[in-house]
Amino acid sequence: MSAISDRASAPAAVVDRPPTGGAGQGPPAASSSGRRRRGPAGQGSGRRSWRMTLRRDWQLYALAVVPVIFLVIFRYVPMLGNVIAFRQFRPGGSIFGEKWVGMRYVEMFIHDPTFWKVFTNTVILGGLTLVVCFPLPIVLALLLNEVRKKAFKRTIQSISYLPHFLSLVIVAGMVMQLLSLQGTVNQIIEGLGGEGIPFLQRAEWFRTVYVGSEVWQTVGWGTILYLAALTTVDASLYEAARIDGANRWRQTWHVTVPGIRPTMITLLILNIGTFLNVGFEKVLLLYNPLTYSTADVISTYLYRVGLVSNNLSYAAAIGLFQACIGLAMVLSANFISRRVVGASLW
Amino acid sequence: MVTQSGMTVPTGQVRSGKPVGARDTRGYRVFTVLNTVTLVVVSLVTLYPFVTVLAQSFSDPGAIKAGMVSFWPVGFNLETYRAVAQDQMFWTSYRNTVVYTLVGTTIAMVLTTTFAFVISKKHLRGRGVLIGIAVFTMFFNGGLVPNYVLISSLGLKNTMWAVVLPGAVSVFNLLVMKSFFENLPAEVEEAAQIDGLGWFGILGRIVVPLSKAVIATMVLFYAVAYWNDWFAAFLYLDRNDLFPVTLFMRNLIAGASTSASEGAAAVGSTTQAVSANIQSVTMILILIPIVCVYPFVQRYFVSGVMLGSVKG
Repeated sequence: MSAISDRASAPAAVVDRPPTGGAGQGPPAASSSGRRRRGPAGQGSGRRSWRMTLRRDWQLYALAVVPVIFLVIFRYVPMLGNVIAFRQFRPGGSIFGEKWVGMRYVEMFIHDPTFWKVFTNTVILGGLTLVVCFPLPIVLALLLNEVRKKAFKRTIQSISYLPHFLSLVIVAGMVMQLLSLQGTVNQIIEGLGGEGIPFLQRAEWFRTVYVGSEVWQTVGWGTILYLAALTTVDASLYEAARIDGANRWRQTWHVTVPGIRPTMITLLILNIGTFLNVGFEKVLLLYNPLTYSTADVISTYLYRVGLVSNNLSYAAAIGLFQACIGLAMVLSANFISRRVVGASLW
Repeated sequence: MVTQSGMTVPTGQVRSGKPVGARDTRGYRVFTVLNTVTLVVVSLVTLYPFVTVLAQSFSDPGAIKAGMVSFWPVGFNLETYRAVAQDQMFWTSYRNTVVYTLVGTTIAMVLTTTFAFVISKKHLRGRGVLIGIAVFTMFFNGGLVPNYVLISSLGLKNTMWAVVLPGAVSVFNLLVMKSFFENLPAEVEEAAQIDGLGWFGILGRIVVPLSKAVIATMVLFYAVAYWNDWFAAFLYLDRNDLFPVTLFMRNLIAGASTSASEGAAAVGSTTQAVSANIQSVTMILILIPIVCVYPFVQRYFVSGVMLGSVKG
């Protein structure tokens, strides 16, 4: 593994080399003339330099056309489509709605007790997931990092990554089988003299089941970024720490952990941003009307309101609210981490 | 995208090697034993669900119902495999999954590779805008309802394209490829330009052949995503002859979660077998391609993700 990671990260170390002149990577002939034209005096000749740029790079722009059109249609049009949160929408009509209705749908969900119920559920479920699933990969990566036998380490890694590649449908199927009345968990409970529990029909168990399955599926894969960061920790730092008399534990605490801190912060910010989108698909697969009281989250609620009951504008208003909170949380997490620890996504 | 502080030049020395001349304290030896035990337990817990599903798929439905199956088949039985294999709906949906995966991965790879190539060119005017267009979609997306409305109004419902197109550019994959391309030696491209090759030629004849590792990783990521997807199909497809196998599976478990009889009824031709048994067989058949490909591509995705991680 170290050979691979070295190969992968060695070139990455030079990613941020200082830019070598504006057109350093362009065709040598064209770039030198481009530089001459765009010299200190050439600031007014924007149009002419654009013509130069086009002549040199039109093929690059041509290659970008299809992907950009794709992004506009499948990413940006739906973003604008959120205006139906403020407009009346007629199925089969314009995707941007028919006429303005102002804040009607926003007021509707603010006064909807079910909305606040699912909002609370979302915060609790998202919070639990974050608290449990964020630190565990760090711990696992640190444990793996202490393993000296390469083959053993590689085997553990291969096994722990595997659940990441499963369809949520399969994960849900496995959860149902393990937790069914005939499943392993109830076999153990009954073996210990207890009574079988129909976990998936019990609202009070849903959060445990959800977070547990999330741990199973994500923790192994979550180590991969930390292990990558660990290979970049400078070995001479360990030597220095040893000379200073630090034992393994102190070395881990004072050298290894600071070494992976940027990765931790990056992932924390990203996790906070997706906090409210808690595994929509997984909840949808695992919940049922019996467990709605703890399992129903914003996204499943808006799915039922919008697509099952066809209340599209109302659901769009909820979705927009959720997306805005998500964006606000990424921005503030980023801001706080830049202020407090001096590392940020941008 | 990620600030680079702390990502220092790797010196090649990974810490797991035993430091020369250092002797282990007793505490550390104890730790090593505990650590090994912990990791073995973690792996066993990770593997257990696979094992039990495999055991159930070969077990007698009666034994499953009696709660006797854990990690070894009880009352060995191949009938359920035969029953599922004779189910026409299963094979239709399996074939659909293969088609969606092939078409989707191809489209996704073309779009991602070309766009990543373009935004990896640091001299390009407007590069920042192009990167921004892509990255912004990571943090703000249209949401379920507007996407649904869009797909409906484009007339894509109940077509393959509703499943294949929306997932065709993953920004994460795009950024991984971009940083890979940025790290290719610029001299090769410059030499090609002197020889009169345009950007199309550089991409097709120089960059792609040099990028086999990252391309393999991205193919794997996209293919797994398409293979595993069920939700797009669930939203946009109503005709069960279009369903991918994941949605077929979902309908099995959705039936089973409310009542076992409904689950069995959903399979129609295989009503006599118990649903847990059918589910296990279906799961195993969905898993087989992934588990078979996994060991071969593992080393690629490890290096691919690590590369991406350094740049974000």
